[in-house]
Amino acid sequence: MMPPSNSRGTATDAGHRPQSAKPGRVRRLHLPQKLRNLELFLLLIACGINAAAVVLVQLGALGHIDTTLVLLGAGLSVLVLCMHVVLRLVARDADPFILPIASLLNGIGIAMIYRIDIANGDAGWESAAVRQTVWSALAIACAIAVVLVIRNHRVLFRYTYVAGFIAVVLLLLPLVPGLGREVSGARVWIGIGSFATFQPGEIAKIALAVFFAGYLVRNRDSLSMVGKRFLGMRFPRLRDLGPILVVWALSMSVIIFQRDLGTALLYFGLFLVMLYLATGRLSWVLLGMSLFLGGAIIASQTLGYVNGRFTNWLDALNPDVYGASGGSYQLVQGLFGLAKGGLIGTGLGQGRPDITPVPQSDYIIASLGEELGLAGIFAILALYLLFVARGFRIGFAGNDDFGKLLGVGLSFVVALQCFIVIGGVTRVIPLTGLTTPFLAAGGSSLVANWIIAALLLRLSDTLRNQPRLVV
Amino acid sequence: MNRELKRVSIVVMLMFVALLTSTTIIQVFQADSLTADARNTRTLYDGYSVERGAILVAGNPIAQSMPVADDYKFQRTYSNGPLYAPITGFTPINGSPTGLEHALNGELSGTSNAQFFDKINSLITGQNAKGASVEVTIDPLAQQAAWDALGNLTGSVIVTEPKTGRILAMVSKPGYDPNLLTVHDNQKVTDSYESLVSDKSNPLINRATNALNPPGSVFKLVVVTAALESGKFTPESTFPNPGTFQLPGSSSIVINSGGGTCGGGDTVTIATALRLSCNIPMAELGLQLGDKAIRDTAEKFGFNTDYSIPLNVSQSAYPLELDDAQLALSAFGQTSVRATPLQMAMVSATIANGGVEMAPNLIDQILAPNLSPLQSFEPRTLKRVMSAETAATITQMMVNGVRDGAASNARIDGVNVAGKTGTAENAADDPYTLWFTGFAPAEDPKYAISVLVEDGGGLGQTGYGNLLAAPIAKQVLEAVLNK
Repeated sequence: MMPPSNSRGTATDAGHRPQSAKPGRVRRLHLPQKLRNLELFLLLIACGINAAAVVLVQLGALGHIDTTLVLLGAGLSVLVLCMHVVLRLVARDADPFILPIASLLNGIGIAMIYRIDIANGDAGWESAAVRQTVWSALAIACAIAVVLVIRNHRVLFRYTYVAGFIAVVLLLLPLVPGLGREVSGARVWIGIGSFATFQPGEIAKIALAVFFAGYLVRNRDSLSMVGKRFLGMRFPRLRDLGPILVVWALSMSVIIFQRDLGTALLYFGLFLVMLYLATGRLSWVLLGMSLFLGGAIIASQTLGYVNGRFTNWLDALNPDVYGASGGSYQLVQGLFGLAKGGLIGTGLGQGRPDITPVPQSDYIIASLGEELGLAGIFAILALYLLFVARGFRIGFAGNDDFGKLLGVGLSFVVALQCFIVIGGVTRVIPLTGLTTPFLAAGGSSLVANWIIAALLLRLSDTLRNQPRLVV
Repeated sequence: MNRELKRVSIVVMLMFVALLTSTTIIQVFQADSLTADARNTRTLYDGYSVERGAILVAGNPIAQSMPVADDYKFQRTYSNGPLYAPITGFTPINGSPTGLEHALNGELSGTSNAQFFDKINSLITGQNAKGASVEVTIDPLAQQAAWDALGNLTGSVIVTEPKTGRILAMVSKPGYDPNLLTVHDNQKVTDSYESLVSDKSNPLINRATNALNPPGSVFKLVVVTAALESGKFTPESTFPNPGTFQLPGSSSIVINSGGGTCGGGDTVTIATALRLSCNIPMAELGLQLGDKAIRDTAEKFGFNTDYSIPLNVSQSAYPLELDDAQLALSAFGQTSVRATPLQMAMVSATIANGGVEMAPNLIDQILAPNLSPLQSFEPRTLKRVMSAETAATITQMMVNGVRDGAASNARIDGVNVAGKTGTAENAADDPYTLWFTGFAPAEDPKYAISVLVEDGGGLGQTGYGNLLAAPIAKQVLEAVLNK
């Protein structure tokens, strides 16, 4: 049993609790853990849905029940229940919705990836679902570690610049010769040998959020107070433009060197929102948006792949665009899949999502839309929205600016990532390669998003335990 | 910070609303058009894995899916294939379906919106989805009679019910056997298909709905309707009766069929001109009416419009731009006037039905797999094309045409047949196109008919409507009237 941290408990509780474990344990036993009980209840429902999804996939696609993946799925349930127990011990006032939502999305993702495996005839280590399950275990282990190690999120504030440095290194890693890997045009992967490929950019988004939060809390005054008024808005001084230009340059280099439009948009969007939250100045947002739009327009004129993305988006059904190499074939196949799903979908295991290229990663939402229908997509979007809302709650209710900024930043990055990838598949914006949080096949994405979930849990726990300052 | 946070929350909300909207648009509003897209392989595969519904004539299947022990699970078979091929079309394993198999693909394969609850039901019960069956309006006796009467000629016979628009017979020759195109062997299907496509007689065309020929004299029914409806002419209106007529602004000359004047005398009435099917008086009438009056009436009958029965029907055409010479020629269905047999049957049926045109229709009802009706098709009025008086007047002229005029070979003892023949010229040396259209019994019309014989009926430029087309109509009408 760890000694009680100063982050939890009220002033009377924190400082004076006896160091021996026994009274603490007794006290915990006697306190009804309403939030954790709600979480357990929701978690059991989520595990039940996940198991049902796998069984339905097997019945739909195989026609019989096969125990291997059901057992693996049970392993996932055991892990999330472990995490629940850890929360009971070290973060018992954490938000009760975050863990069940993450588990449910993760489980549905595995069921759909498994469904694609069946269609492709993959089994054993060839099977993406088996790998995804193993990655999920690793990701949840990471999340448990985060909750255990980081007892107070303010620790992260100390490492603001370290986080910034880590983010830049992670971003640069794929460009290192011999280490970087190029997958379908984008150079955002690293790999050692042929095994264990990883997208460091996914982890970088967490480091960036930490860095932005710390940096902005430190420098908000100079960024928000001074500057010239112009057109009714206060614009920043030239010398304060440094950070936004650096992040802009970073995003642009991701577009140019790593050929990854989605990630660039994600980082820049995250930065702009956190900047706006910290300074309350719309002028920053306008400035940032015009910088990014300008860069994107120049990129679309000069970089072939960006230009192609725009053409595919605007004129997807045109036979010429459809037939072109790197054309809208995939996008249109995804649309056909969604159309096939209609309102209620074909049922798990009964559609043909495998017709669409990469149906288990970038296009998993189209695969789910085909088999679960509009109803299923609405449910998934509602889960994401709820997840994000729980994160925003930290921002609304928190009373330290670093925690508020970090909580909102991390949940916004999930929301923005959903928007970029699902919006790309459904033609709201041009298609860019990003993973759907928790759902899509991909280890790095799972690890990153589970760490985000863990950080949000920790932040929400701190929030409840902080005494409200009455001024 | 909370004010900013509120604004950011709204932005996040809007992002999700955008996603909800876009998925709704794709999965609900665009779903039908995306499903119908020719590039959509999902739709193609789905067609094979469900048991397609049957196409029924008088309760008996003319197209049905029989279970077989291969990957496709079902073999589409057509009983009496060539006879019903223009109606059924076919569903190949490696291409798009045609005919009703295409037009009602959604219903037959069980994916139409009307079958939504059946889909849910099969989802819950775990039974395989089945397509709906389609009961067509075809009368097997009329269909067989039309098939037999047309013999080995190239052309089409179509019989409709004037009061309802129901299509009782629809024959197109030369035919083909759809069973050859539904075997489960890609190569065999492709071979059969290519030999049919390269066949110069175009067996895959449904001539009843999609062959466009100059209507020739049968179009005079439309011109006379325009004349009487204008109020400026009566059946007794007279025109000069020369033996030749020079087209305005042209050196070409129009003659009556058979040469000479129209029934003798210095002048000739519209009634006589229609009964004897003379060209010169019609040319004179056309010039006096003007192309707008003729075009308006033709369009009321359905020329220059698309419709579906639900097979797609080609647009019959009355040209939009005509000089005087062309106007004169168009008055007896030449120049670039074109008509389908179905369109000409609709002209006769409208006259038979007192001037009211009914929507032509091939489908009686669509039946769910448990045989409960999903959708029934009631007779639908398209519009009133002419007054009841005009219709009665033209009926009388058509009856006269059969009794002692140019359509005499359609005469049936004891029944008043109303009819009009046509012998249309194609390019200078090409064989004529021969027509008959009419209805019977004239006083209480039960059947409207239109007969098309292409390729001169094998007689080049010596055949004519009354010689070849009228006897076919007579044979079919006798068969259905004796029922």
